[in-house]
Amino acid sequence: MAPFIIRRLFVSFFVLLGATFIVYVLVASAGDPRAALFESTDPGKANKIAALTRNLSLDVPIIPRYFAWLGGALGCLIGKCDLGNTATGAPVSGGLAVAMGSTLRLVVFALVIAIVLGVSIGMITALRQYSGLDYSVTFLAFLFFSLPVFWIAVLMKQFLAIKFNDWLKAPSIPPWFIVLAAAVTGLLAAGIVGGERKRRLAAFGGAALGVALLLIYFSITDWFAEPGIGPVLMILMSVITAVAATALFAGFRSRIVLYATLVTAVVGFVCYFALDSILADPTALLIVGLLVVALVVSAGIGAAMGGLYRSQAIKACMLTGFGCGGLIFASHLLAALPAYSAKVNGVVIATIGATTPNFSGNFWETTLDQLGHLILPTIAIVLISIASYTRYTRSSMLEVMNADYIRTARAKGLTERTVIVRHGFRNALIPITTIVALDIGGLIGGAIITETVFGWSGMGRFFNDALKIPDPNAVMGFFLVTGTAIVVFNMIADITYGFLDPRIRLS
Amino acid sequence: MSTEEKAAAAGEGSGAGPVEASTAAQGLNIVARTQGQLVRRRFFRHRGAMISLTILVLVILLAYTSIGFAGIPGWWIWNYSTPGKVINRGAPTLSVWPTFLGGDGFAIGLHPFGQDDLGRDYFALTMRGAQISILIAFVVGIVGTLIGAIIGAMAGFYRGWVESVLMRFTDVMITIPILVIAAVLGQKFGGAGPLVLAIVIGLVLWTALARLIRGEFLSLREKEFVEAARALGAKPTRIIFRHILPNTVGVITVAATLLIASAILLETALSYLGFGVRAPDTSLGLLVSSYQNAFATRPWLFWWPGLFIITIALTVNFIGDGLRDAFDPRQNRVRA
Repeated sequence: MAPFIIRRLFVSFFVLLGATFIVYVLVASAGDPRAALFESTDPGKANKIAALTRNLSLDVPIIPRYFAWLGGALGCLIGKCDLGNTATGAPVSGGLAVAMGSTLRLVVFALVIAIVLGVSIGMITALRQYSGLDYSVTFLAFLFFSLPVFWIAVLMKQFLAIKFNDWLKAPSIPPWFIVLAAAVTGLLAAGIVGGERKRRLAAFGGAALGVALLLIYFSITDWFAEPGIGPVLMILMSVITAVAATALFAGFRSRIVLYATLVTAVVGFVCYFALDSILADPTALLIVGLLVVALVVSAGIGAAMGGLYRSQAIKACMLTGFGCGGLIFASHLLAALPAYSAKVNGVVIATIGATTPNFSGNFWETTLDQLGHLILPTIAIVLISIASYTRYTRSSMLEVMNADYIRTARAKGLTERTVIVRHGFRNALIPITTIVALDIGGLIGGAIITETVFGWSGMGRFFNDALKIPDPNAVMGFFLVTGTAIVVFNMIADITYGFLDPRIRLS
Repeated sequence: MSTEEKAAAAGEGSGAGPVEASTAAQGLNIVARTQGQLVRRRFFRHRGAMISLTILVLVILLAYTSIGFAGIPGWWIWNYSTPGKVINRGAPTLSVWPTFLGGDGFAIGLHPFGQDDLGRDYFALTMRGAQISILIAFVVGIVGTLIGAIIGAMAGFYRGWVESVLMRFTDVMITIPILVIAAVLGQKFGGAGPLVLAIVIGLVLWTALARLIRGEFLSLREKEFVEAARALGAKPTRIIFRHILPNTVGVITVAATLLIASAILLETALSYLGFGVRAPDTSLGLLVSSYQNAFATRPWLFWWPGLFIITIALTVNFIGDGLRDAFDPRQNRVRA
């Protein structure tokens, strides 16, 4: 494997070098940044032209200028980064670092959600091929695939942000919405469960009734005005998490795993009360620390109780522990919502920017502020990228489920869950890892539009502003980050593929 | 397996060969079909693709005949550049809600899609935008497919240093995000008119296609029929164009269709960012971009171009899906 990786590194480096040359020459020859100044009647224009020429070394021809830039950029390899100056004379690396932080937050958050949702939806549609659910999801995937981000973004700003914020001021759920939500969830549940008519009807009834009751409860108790996860909801949702984790990793035949996850859920429920004082105004570090502790403790419970099913029990308990931690986190966030809402005049879901300017509050409020700004751009990116993940997972899963080894697994008498999760899903994931890795570069590039629409001052804005000038140094700063990301993830894709599928490694 | 599928299997095996006597003896009514006929049949039976094709053709006809194109006058009364008097805040006069449901009945009115702030007819503007966007998408599709097919074919057929050079070049192009390079080029060439812009975008959008075609060529060049052609003394160009390329037509068609769909979205995105089509000409992306702030007050300025973008991209995507199923029936027959 090592020679393969080294060769890949070597080639990737030269590929990136070639790409920087192309981009630099193209941007540098896209126009003269001084063009507007030449025409102007500004008395100080000679000075401005001189400053611009100096900042961007416009008096040097393009090719030598590229090599001068390259010399500075190569310094990054030995820790002395010099990416040149922007048109205003500030060093590129400073502005770039700030921009990178906010873009990464957006892209990583969206990517994780898109992968989880896309892969699960694709898997479900593959298992329920040619059902109504499959056809609807296929149509929706095509629709999302054909949506321009900037268009859907404007719609979301109007309906998800402005209308939602208005509604939150007097949150009563109208009956038509309850009926609609219940019907949609019911249909979804029936589609996912599949099978005979009786089974589907039961799933429809159960899900629809559950959602309707929940919404009516929320409406009557004015939950949205004073949201929070009370003890009843907490224990209910912890147990659901425990059962779901068991179903996913072990199935219900192995009772011992179910007991382990239930114990984890109970421990989580105890922590819900015990950690109340610590979590009043924590730091981000404390949250991460608690998460690690939660994972270690739940893994310990799984290891201690798992017996013969130890490895499944550890995984299921860790998932349960993670879920309970998330629930506790969410409950504190929700509790902080009314105070936050009052501070920002009811604009809970923001339409512009990455944070509210000059906002100050405790940990929960600043987190809410960031989340409120993240929601819309994240949904936009998720909607667009989820479509391709769903399609790829579906076709990959279909291919795998028709393979001979799946028939063998069924013939051995394994449960359907084991066949799907351990034999099917694992192999179906191989091509998906490649696609995800290749997608990340495109996602960072695609963030250009999302950031423009939502007024984020991230990498996209950085690029957009630089190209309008056009300022080669700043564009190259942007490209160096995206290009490196693409090359690195391409490489990771190749290497993971080699690890996951030994047949590839030979070539 | 139905009778038709059996015929398909037989047809695929022997090309347009004669019907086998044994099957006729079993009393099965079998029609021999060529590969082309089979593909066409499967495509025409793909309901989603056929509906999409109809809609797309209608949209293209509507866009190009209504306000005319390239000097040829159209049948619509307004054109897209003449300002007029703004009537009723420019609200659309189109109504389709039938009278018995409490609506105004079907009426087109003077300005069915409304007017913009200068009083220009918005139907004419949207049609102009659609014309330009469709033109760009198809030109990008053709240019990108040509370049991708040639580079992929050369790399896959000749192997050796030709492949290394071409594929490393493809890698270099893939490293640059499409939107970035298209924006850079659009900044330079956007002012030179939509056709130049389209060709330039086509020059950067061929990478995925090249990789795909190379893969096809790599496997096809080892097939017996290629060896036979080589043994007969056929020159490389003849083998590429007469023997291998026709076998990749399916892959190329599907990829080209999907390329057109992504070109539509890329063009609208570029125009939205201001690096694509420039005023006074217009495109669907530019229309959405210019009027996005009018959404709260005059939403129709925002809805119509968006609906046309989605319609075109969605139908092209569905046609691509239908073509894929038609060329690769395996995908259809799998059962979980």
